[in-house]
Amino acid sequence: MQLTIRTLLGATALCAAAGFAQAETLTIATVNNGDMIRMQGLTEDFTAKTGISVEWVTLEENVLRQRVTTDITTKGGQFDIMTIGMYETPIWGKNGWLVPLNDLSADYDVADLLPAMAGGLSYDGTLYAAPFYGESSMVMYRTDLMEKAGLTMPDAPTWDFIREAAAKMTDRANDVNGICLRGKAGWGEGGAFITAMSNSFGARWFDENWKPTFDSAAWHDTLTFFKGMMDESGPAGYATNGFNENLSLFQQGKCGMWIDATVAASFVTNPKDSTVADHVGFALAPDKGLGKRSNWLWAWALAIPAGSSKVDAAKQFIEWATSKSYIELVASKEGWANVPPGARTSLYENPEYQKVPFAKMTLDSILSADPLHPTVDPVPYVGVQFAAIPEFAGIATDVSQEFAAAYAGQQTVDEALAKAQKLTADAMEAAGY
Amino acid sequence: MATKASRSAARLMMAPAVILLLGWMLVPLIMTLWFSFRNYLPLRGGDLGFAGFDNYVRFVTSSSFWPAIGATLIIVVGALLITVLLGILLAILLDQPMWGQGIVRILVIAPFFVMPTVSGLVWKNMFLDSVNGLFAHVAKFFGATPVEWMIDKPFMSIILIVSWQWLPFATLILLTAIQSLDSEQLEAAEMDGAPALKRFWFITIPHLSRAITVVLLIETIFLLSIFAEIFVTTAGAFGTKTLTYLIFQRVLESQNVGLGSAGGVYAIILANIVAIFLMRIVGKNLDA
Amino acid sequence: MARAVTPRRKTINTALAWAVGLIIFFPILWTILTSFKTEGDAIAYPPKFLFFDWTLENYAIVQERSDYMRYLWNSVVIAGGSTLLGVVIAVPAAWSMAFVPSKRTKDILMWMLSTKMLPAVGVLYPIYLMFIKLGLLDTRIGLVIVLMLINLPIIVWMLYTYFKEIPGEILEAARMDGATLKSEILYVLTPMAVPGIASTILLNVILAWNEAFWTLNLTAAKAGPLTAFIASYSSPEGLFYAKLSAASTMAIAPILIMGWFSQKQLVRGLTFGAVK
Repeated sequence: MQLTIRTLLGATALCAAAGFAQAETLTIATVNNGDMIRMQGLTEDFTAKTGISVEWVTLEENVLRQRVTTDITTKGGQFDIMTIGMYETPIWGKNGWLVPLNDLSADYDVADLLPAMAGGLSYDGTLYAAPFYGESSMVMYRTDLMEKAGLTMPDAPTWDFIREAAAKMTDRANDVNGICLRGKAGWGEGGAFITAMSNSFGARWFDENWKPTFDSAAWHDTLTFFKGMMDESGPAGYATNGFNENLSLFQQGKCGMWIDATVAASFVTNPKDSTVADHVGFALAPDKGLGKRSNWLWAWALAIPAGSSKVDAAKQFIEWATSKSYIELVASKEGWANVPPGARTSLYENPEYQKVPFAKMTLDSILSADPLHPTVDPVPYVGVQFAAIPEFAGIATDVSQEFAAAYAGQQTVDEALAKAQKLTADAMEAAGY
Repeated sequence: MATKASRSAARLMMAPAVILLLGWMLVPLIMTLWFSFRNYLPLRGGDLGFAGFDNYVRFVTSSSFWPAIGATLIIVVGALLITVLLGILLAILLDQPMWGQGIVRILVIAPFFVMPTVSGLVWKNMFLDSVNGLFAHVAKFFGATPVEWMIDKPFMSIILIVSWQWLPFATLILLTAIQSLDSEQLEAAEMDGAPALKRFWFITIPHLSRAITVVLLIETIFLLSIFAEIFVTTAGAFGTKTLTYLIFQRVLESQNVGLGSAGGVYAIILANIVAIFLMRIVGKNLDA
Repeated sequence: MARAVTPRRKTINTALAWAVGLIIFFPILWTILTSFKTEGDAIAYPPKFLFFDWTLENYAIVQERSDYMRYLWNSVVIAGGSTLLGVVIAVPAAWSMAFVPSKRTKDILMWMLSTKMLPAVGVLYPIYLMFIKLGLLDTRIGLVIVLMLINLPIIVWMLYTYFKEIPGEILEAARMDGATLKSEILYVLTPMAVPGIASTILLNVILAWNEAFWTLNLTAAKAGPLTAFIASYSSPEGLFYAKLSAASTMAIAPILIMGWFSQKQLVRGLTFGAVK
């Protein structure tokens, strides 16, 4: 015991002595996704080039969000660079909380950023965050199972085809589910999927007067279709499956089709983790013949909080991490299939990258998403699988919880929609719309 | 024995702890009260002015409020029942002569050292997951359909995790109490031919009553504010949103600090009701 | 204390207690085992208990990604520092409550405990703003203070119950011998209360070690303890059971080992005044 006390006393004394900050050290908050972890591993290259060292704060997505949001709204100044998404960027940019990225070097070639990405990360024409990687969503399917079912996947399938194919591919005795989709509560999980899907069914979150429209037939059709298809051909317990759960199901050969983020393509075709790597095909996210497809648009991007004292160093880092040469660096170490996708036009013009099986479908998916006109009927908001207003995340999490309860059979689709309508209307009223 | 001098000295010595706690309680409490009457939306630029009782009304009239109170009570009461009942049985068992008592004790108290986040993650993914979890594997082995724990038994899952973490605490306190039980009294009762159940009921249980109250009090304090176990398992879906979780959603997900603060005030009221209730019992028992 | 029982009964006791102990410990054991598996083996059906290819790969990956020692050191400093600071503040308070009780003593004690029931997230913004003003964000000293305040009621209460068990006559005898208040506390009371203080420290180190709200929300790169370390492994892309297990094992191992070495102390001392 004596020893313990002495150690602890020493520890307290030492902790008082700590707390000196190094002048040229950047603190970067990021999400624990594979591409970011890889970037963390390559930091030495940046430090060697610039002499600036980097401290990483790597957090799980939800924790990261609450952490950086608290810090930016209170001007806490804990991070020199924050990893944020397409949802946060325009809201924060509008509030003047981010350093505009309008003076990046000529070398960086801003014009090379995919317009959809640059557009989604701008507010009022000014870029506030640089895309590290971008994604849309698409159909990933098992070519062997599709063949066995006697069907051919078109490049641009309809929902009805998907449902029929899912039913045919399902083989519960052998633990094969025709289709795996996100049902998990959370606005970035099942909420994102069902919102993107609803766009193709002609539904929308709000009408032009910011009134929620969950009482519309289009929403009823979306949810009924989703639940019907998943009950027929989805995995048990899909109401708790998110990106991760579905990824491991697909990799273990338990899904015939999976409609999810385009970045997943490199995971499911990587023979190291995936047992089905050789049998994966790709197609555009399905539609319902109404002119909108059900794919989303997202980017994880790097931004600098306004008021940061290390803006120059931070810009240097952002230029390094989202540059063409970073992509080449990753390609030389890990192969072209593993470079951060979806951010730059030049990547898709690169003949080496064009050989990657999912490159073209990823680009086509990204190009077919339009955050400015996401729905069939006009809407007052920007964003495909979200509405870029501050209230959305909270509301959509609540709504997706109601939906998940409906998927799980704990309430009917109509009950879930009625509750969603009420809680959204309440929250919007509280926010002063 | 208290002289006037020692009385004032006593006040002086109590002062730092009391002042610190007073500060720790009052400053946030006043700020919470202040914010609860403000229209404070960080993402819309901060404090947008006086809101009257809007936040209070909105918080209770939201469809999530009463279910959240219910969920809180279910989880707290469920975990209390399980830890106290199993704790008594376990304490009696551990008090018996046996080989390797020290090692068994170590095994039993180990869960108390595990961080809530870790136990939530481990239980959810490695045990309760319906595809890759160990429980599902066992079910499959016996030819049964794996249970969808997080969907069909969300409360049971959370209570299971929380109870696993707090059972060691209950067991430890109850064990110390049992060890202090006069074994002569028990032996005398045994000689008189009192059956085991009777001895347990009339000698052991009354002896444990103080320890049980202490377990109830301390555990309630911690259980009312459990968060990590819900955050990493159901994230509030399927009816498991507790009051603490609801406030978290309002403050951090909806970024409505005013509304969340009003919720905080309700939580304080609830906590105080529970506290007064508990203290009545504990106070009585501790005086005895 | 050991009662004489028949060998048969002792055997039954032993078997039963070991079975229960192993069941309770099993989740931790399984986590430790999984941390030595490949990701594939970690989800294999039928599950593999001992016969798999043991690998240290997961630990290597975790260590490469995060500087474990720094998180560990922060945890040690924050848990240890807050507990010691709390004890230093609590000893005099508990002393005066135990030996110079007034009518309000019990109320003050209960009020102190009730401060623990405030929902932390409700005051996140106020505290965060205060920390910015005071320059305490992402500092260990800031967390030492917060965790000290959070656990202070428990510390005061525990110490109070231990002090109360010390017979007053001893103090009076010391006073007769001319002991001052200070020496009374230092040389008479504290030595008698050492077992109680030790278990108070142990329990509060555990509570502070496992606190995961403030430690996560008030830190960035510098002061984050093991709870922040875990937050970067909680649900990454792809298969992660083995890596999560390795990170979890690393996060709980130090406190588990400490607990095991001091379990006698804990078992004897954790009474909360429940024993007369």
